[in-house]
Amino acid sequence: MHATSTVPAAGESVAAEKPVPDRRSWNRAFADIRDGVTQRELWSHLGWQDIKQRYRRSVLGPLWITMSMGVTALGLGLLYSQLFGAPIGTFLPYITTGFIVWQFILGNLTEGTDTFIRNEGLIKHLPAPLSVYVLRTLWRQSIMFAHNMIIYVIVLAVFWGSLTKSGYVLTDNGVPQPGLGWSALLAIPGFLLLAVNAGWVILLFGIVSTRFRDIPQVITSLINLMFFMTPIVWTTDILQNRFGESAGWRDLVVELNPLYHLLQLVRAPLIGNEQSWHHWVISAGIALVGWILALVVMRNYRSRVSYWV
Amino acid sequence: MTSIEVRNAYVDFPIFDAKSRSLKKKVLGKVGGRIGTESKVPVIEALHDITLSVRSGDRVGLVGHNGAGKSTLLRLLSGIYEPTRGTALIDGRVAPVFDLGVGMDQEISGYENIMVRGLYLGMTRKQMEKRVDDIAEFTELGDYLSMPLRTYSTGMRVRLALGVVTSIDPEILLLDEGIGAVDARFLNKARDRLVDLVKRSGLLVFASHQDDLLLELCTSAVWMDEGRMKMHGSLREVLKAYKGKDPYENISPQTAARLGVEKPVSASKGGE
Repeated sequence: MHATSTVPAAGESVAAEKPVPDRRSWNRAFADIRDGVTQRELWSHLGWQDIKQRYRRSVLGPLWITMSMGVTALGLGLLYSQLFGAPIGTFLPYITTGFIVWQFILGNLTEGTDTFIRNEGLIKHLPAPLSVYVLRTLWRQSIMFAHNMIIYVIVLAVFWGSLTKSGYVLTDNGVPQPGLGWSALLAIPGFLLLAVNAGWVILLFGIVSTRFRDIPQVITSLINLMFFMTPIVWTTDILQNRFGESAGWRDLVVELNPLYHLLQLVRAPLIGNEQSWHHWVISAGIALVGWILALVVMRNYRSRVSYWV
Repeated sequence: MTSIEVRNAYVDFPIFDAKSRSLKKKVLGKVGGRIGTESKVPVIEALHDITLSVRSGDRVGLVGHNGAGKSTLLRLLSGIYEPTRGTALIDGRVAPVFDLGVGMDQEISGYENIMVRGLYLGMTRKQMEKRVDDIAEFTELGDYLSMPLRTYSTGMRVRLALGVVTSIDPEILLLDEGIGAVDARFLNKARDRLVDLVKRSGLLVFASHQDDLLLELCTSAVWMDEGRMKMHGSLREVLKAYKGKDPYENISPQTAARLGVEKPVSASKGGE
């Protein structure tokens, strides 16, 4: 028996009167994120797979992440501690931790813009929530961060003496730091807040970049500048020393840089630096505003991403 | 209940990188959808005013020449593309088998790929582990399942993909051409399984150029042409109109008996 044709005639109402889903609805945007989060096994697997794929057939495998970070940190630490005449015992850990956190920020920014473009094949072939790809990128970056933290542990072991001494300074005449203690655990909530920020960055920049392919280029060209503008290889102490009370606008270079606050969330506790509460407030504020923006874009353009990739 | 309701749906692709000027000379050929030029960004109207309702138990074939919109329609039905205008209501768990390469990792084993594909289709690892034996038995891949996927032939990949989608009790099965790469014996097996699956809970939409596959799997059909639905009716009628001849003309009596159709007695071939 053949199934009869089910094309409804023009006047005939076949579809039961269900509420017609709007392409642009908050419900569907939130549903996407909710479904994405529940598919944890999928995105965590994909994140791992990305890492494994990148280092397949290499002898060290993902340990290359650790290796390259180690070499970079050592080189930068040695050079800049000499340039600034800073004690290597505290300055090298400072640069290393800063660079590790920076790598996480950098990775989320640059690969975030690429999130949907890179997953074009999957997006066009399998119906899955967009947030799965966001979480895949975020998870991949977190795994890389974890690999880099091995270097932190090594550095910590080597320079334990200098870092735990209360009142150490990073550079001459710098602010005396409290030294490493239990407050280092603040780095965990710090990292979580950083990751929450990474989430909206990937989502927002990912969608916008899919439509406007110049955005990834803009980010890549600005990111190097941002690296040098952010106190990673230099310290705010140097800025203060150089200009004292008259720092004025020069201070703003740091304070207006959102990346500085995000960086401090994790770096300061890790090396026993004093952490000002205002980093937390500003970072939380950025997260709030960013997520609102990202959700608006998600609501309006979620359904367009598969057309744009 | 499992169903797909598409009403007056349009799918328009914006073409961002093409110069609108050169595209303004309307590129209208036999191949591809219409290319509209009203807006600033040139748009390819891949699907035009589609109204289609597929219910539980339906097995629909999609026919039409290359670029007619079959694959796009399948993606609309799967929810990957949401219509630019009009609505598409999809009720049920969707399992698409489109491109066999996507979502498969060449370097990991067949087993692992079964897991990953299952995860993509919304299963958990635990649920997939329960099904692995069943899939292994159905696909007859045996020890090959522990080999990396790059050692597989196309037919073996199709087996794997079909094994996974049919094992997870999907409600909406969407198959693009390409599953024809398997041998006849396996196809028979797959057919039984697919038909059984549709009977139990779901519906099937299958795009193909191969009449014999369509005859095996589908009962009704949609003829796509330039992004429009040219015809929708029973498979036989549609194929007759599309190909210009009765699809049952050349099939063997055994197949005809199995499919439960009466072989047309035409003057020229009547004596077979």
